[in-house]
Amino acid sequence: MHTRGKAFIAGIFEHPTRKAVDKSVAQLHAESAKGALDDAGLSIEDVDAYYCAGDAPGLGPLSMVEYMGLKNVRHMDATDVGGSSYVLHVGHAAQAIAAGKCKVALITLAGRPRSEGMATGTAPRNYGDASPDVPFEFIYGPTVVNMYAMAARRHMHEFGTTGEQLAWIKVAASHHAQHNEHAMLRKVVTVDEVVDSPMIADPLHRLDCCVISDGGGAFLVVAPEVAASLKRDCVKVLGCGEAPKNLMSGQVDLTYTGARWSGAQAFEEAGIAPGDIDYASIYDSFTITVLETIEDLGFCEKGKGGAFVSDGNLIAGSGKLPFNTDGGGLCNNHPMNRGGLTKVLEAVRQLRDEAHPAVQVKDCRLALAHGTGGSIGTRMGSSTTILGRADA
Amino acid sequence: MSARKIPTPPTNVEAQDFWDACNEGKLMLPRCADTGKVFWYPRKVSPFTLSGNVETVEAAGTGEIYTYSIMRRSDPQYAIGYVRLDEGVTMMTNFVDCDFESLAVGMRVKVVFVEAEGGQKVPCFTPA
Repeated sequence: MHTRGKAFIAGIFEHPTRKAVDKSVAQLHAESAKGALDDAGLSIEDVDAYYCAGDAPGLGPLSMVEYMGLKNVRHMDATDVGGSSYVLHVGHAAQAIAAGKCKVALITLAGRPRSEGMATGTAPRNYGDASPDVPFEFIYGPTVVNMYAMAARRHMHEFGTTGEQLAWIKVAASHHAQHNEHAMLRKVVTVDEVVDSPMIADPLHRLDCCVISDGGGAFLVVAPEVAASLKRDCVKVLGCGEAPKNLMSGQVDLTYTGARWSGAQAFEEAGIAPGDIDYASIYDSFTITVLETIEDLGFCEKGKGGAFVSDGNLIAGSGKLPFNTDGGGLCNNHPMNRGGLTKVLEAVRQLRDEAHPAVQVKDCRLALAHGTGGSIGTRMGSSTTILGRADA
Repeated sequence: MSARKIPTPPTNVEAQDFWDACNEGKLMLPRCADTGKVFWYPRKVSPFTLSGNVETVEAAGTGEIYTYSIMRRSDPQYAIGYVRLDEGVTMMTNFVDCDFESLAVGMRVKVVFVEAEGGQKVPCFTPA
């Protein structure tokens, strides 16, 4: 069963907060849900499916369905693959809708790592002592930053990628963020400013890293008949893919990501090729995340990502592949250290012609959103969804 | 320069023999007896056949740096990396007893056992 064209994204909402000292996580989920329902012109009575991931408090759907007063839920999914979860949820919701299990799926994300003072990138990350891999890695101090840094180092070694090339990714994101009134970092930066920023974990500098923000967001995946009944422009789900990538029993390779597989699945289902994509939301926890993902999705040959992202090629209006026109995780926000949901939101804005005019891609018909979860190359989730205008 | 103290590895019944061998100065690698292939990390189930037919072999303790990073924002700083062992598997480690600035991808390294908090010895690497 394929799901091409069998589901639509109807309503979206990005919480405007970037620091939510006076709100709970559950509250941010609910405010995001309300925003997405209002955007679609639907109400909580219409919601018959609820999806969330590890950021949802309590027992996920079991807690949040009660909190938000969703009375008609008959389908749930709490698949947690880190920041890639919400892009994966698009595919799962489309499958459930195609199978007749539900008609209106609500997906929410929220968190407040900034208010809670979380050492997001620099504290060793322990996935739990019972996780069988943890004893053999956690003791050595792997953090989010140094894990991605090790991927960058190896990519540089094998392909000659440079810090300046990685910096171009941040430069492009900053060009976009200057137009986003909610973005945390709105100042346009240069390649020199990125490579001259303090080294956090070689070879990644401070400006190679995404922001740490509170916030949240939500969107609705709906059946075609629901989409047809709404006043709002809906966006068609054309193809989805998901894949895990891991230590591979000791055959570690940090130079590629699971996007190699999730992207191929999504493009096959959508029946299009990377060259057809008008706009791409690419998960950007770090500059290296974007570089490897662009290669693995097939936008350029493996190892040529450095040249591809250089010279402003990712900047809307001038570059060949406009990416993350909201400023992305690198400049706008990264709610709960999970950037997958906001990737979907900006892709929908582009297809609805509702991105900021300065970064709106002209005649944007086909868009891609890609999520990356966990730690690049070693225990990662990759998820890709391809979206199109209603007539795509 | 004082070195970062390595925390006590969380142990469980499945991996206890690996840690006991470390205390005797031996780096033991799991090998699938069905296929003859060595794998990493230690476990009692083969990731090639899902059988419990797993034996262990002692590693030579030598290999080369696959990648590394120096954690500049930590006090003390530490060097983390992956080492590709001569037996063909790649494991995470810390580099110790060396000038971090001298590290390089491809550098030959050898295992040394470093006492973690609580006394358990854990495999780390140093330039060969």
